[in-house]
Amino acid sequence: MSHSVGIVTAQRATFETPLVFRSGAVLPRYELVYETYGTLNSDRSNAILICHALSGHHHVAGFYADAPKSLGWWDNMVGPGKPIDTDNFFVVGMNNLGGCHGSTGPSSVDPETGKPYGSSFPVITVEDWVESQARLADYLGIDCFAAVIGGSLGGMQALQWSLACPDRVRHVLAIASAPRLTAQNIAFNDVARNAILTDPDFHGGDYYQHNVVPTRGLRLARMLGHITYLSDDAMADKFGRELKSGQYNYGYEVEFQIESYLRYQGDKFAGLFDANTYLLMTKALDYFDPAQDCGGDLNSAFAKARADFLVISFTTDWRFSPQRSREIIRPLLHNGRNVSYAEITSTHGHDSFLMEHPHYFDVVRAYLDNVSREVSA
Amino acid sequence: MSDRSDFAAIAAWIPKGASVLDLGCGDGSLLRYLQDTRAVRGYGVEISDRDIVSCIANGVNVIQNDLDAGLSDFEDGAFDFVILSQTLQATRHTEPLMQEMLRVGREGIVSFPNFGFWRSRLDVLLGNMPVSSELPYQWYNTPNVHLCTLNDFENFCRSYCISITARSVMTDGREVSMLPNLFGSTAVYRFQRGI
Repeated sequence: MSHSVGIVTAQRATFETPLVFRSGAVLPRYELVYETYGTLNSDRSNAILICHALSGHHHVAGFYADAPKSLGWWDNMVGPGKPIDTDNFFVVGMNNLGGCHGSTGPSSVDPETGKPYGSSFPVITVEDWVESQARLADYLGIDCFAAVIGGSLGGMQALQWSLACPDRVRHVLAIASAPRLTAQNIAFNDVARNAILTDPDFHGGDYYQHNVVPTRGLRLARMLGHITYLSDDAMADKFGRELKSGQYNYGYEVEFQIESYLRYQGDKFAGLFDANTYLLMTKALDYFDPAQDCGGDLNSAFAKARADFLVISFTTDWRFSPQRSREIIRPLLHNGRNVSYAEITSTHGHDSFLMEHPHYFDVVRAYLDNVSREVSA
Repeated sequence: MSDRSDFAAIAAWIPKGASVLDLGCGDGSLLRYLQDTRAVRGYGVEISDRDIVSCIANGVNVIQNDLDAGLSDFEDGAFDFVILSQTLQATRHTEPLMQEMLRVGREGIVSFPNFGFWRSRLDVLLGNMPVSSELPYQWYNTPNVHLCTLNDFENFCRSYCISITARSVMTDGREVSMLPNLFGSTAVYRFQRGI
């Protein structure tokens, strides 16, 4: 396959040093799965970390030898000659702690009990993730990332890198993100969580032992989420009021195409994703607020940052609107950081950040070309 | 812009290491020039998608924003200089923008094509809207909605209590001292809030 990193293999790192969470909980040992693309240069200065969003994972680019259709979730962005160019950079994708794609999470077996962690897996925060990612960087021998890049919840991790590890990241790319969620955004997450928590198959998070999965709840959570990831216009264009059978059936079965689409998306997701991980991810989103320890003042929170920033938003994204990205920019301007901001005209809502868009890609490419010159100089 | 003569005039007023906000910064050439010659720290503001990419490629900080929506992302007195180079005439809310410039900057610098330049006057006298290297548009596709002469601009500043501290008028890159409102094609002004 041209312009692809080609066949990739997931790797696994085990960490035996206990991780103390922001909540105070302790995880004595854990594993992180990750993939890497490209080559680390001799002075180890060309590494880029990709932080994933709610449903993402370590498989960012390329495909697995036994599954040619298993393209990574950001394969359009990451690869040789692509905006995140693996000819220039050593790109690391990882599955966050608490995830359900191989890193230690609620569905993993707790070696102390021999059972899945389930409800005993600690509630995790963006800060905890960055700590675990920094340990993965140590493991890979990366002192300082050329860039940490993420969209949405991934963007929050990228921002947190600049605050928790200011000397370990030169550039932060925060795409379709926010410095902290608004009440409306937390509200959406709460409805999604409630769908899962009230599913009779949830069993307080320990459904693994009951050999059931809270599919209905997870499905509803995803359906709700999916609505908020699309724009009104995109939905209107794609589905409008189109009916499956061309007529009203005066019942509650699937009639409109949008219903059919949402159910399909919900089913697909519920079959692949772990409900506890979904809960953890949404809670991490809700909790993230870099100004929490600074009396709510983002200006003082970002005083620690040393990185340069590229902030990108999309015009029709209402879950993480351009206004939220401006809230990232203001404290950076206040602190005199180097920052550029692009507001991309796109019809695809929050999902835009995952889609191929010539101008969006040009912006990322132009920025990273300079980063590449900087690290190879 | 036909040449970069106003760049040099602008740079001459800016001390080394100053903080600068360049409004309507285009592809970032002025900021790049000021970074290289004056070691300024700063940001550009631009609305055009293509220019955003050029600025980033030029290694210039750029914030995508519509100037007519104001400068609310920027704090009071955040910059030593706020520059509006060859953009004044294309702004819709010109007066509030000038005030915004002096809110976020201690000093302002604007450059604009002088509509009082003899060639423009002659064009109008002969019955046509001027089209030149400074004004390269036809009447029906020009973004320039607020063209003015040197006199107009100076009267404007007087009306709004903006104090002009320096002026440089040029034609083809050469300083014009005689009858500048007639013989100057480009004007550059330095100003601050009047008392």
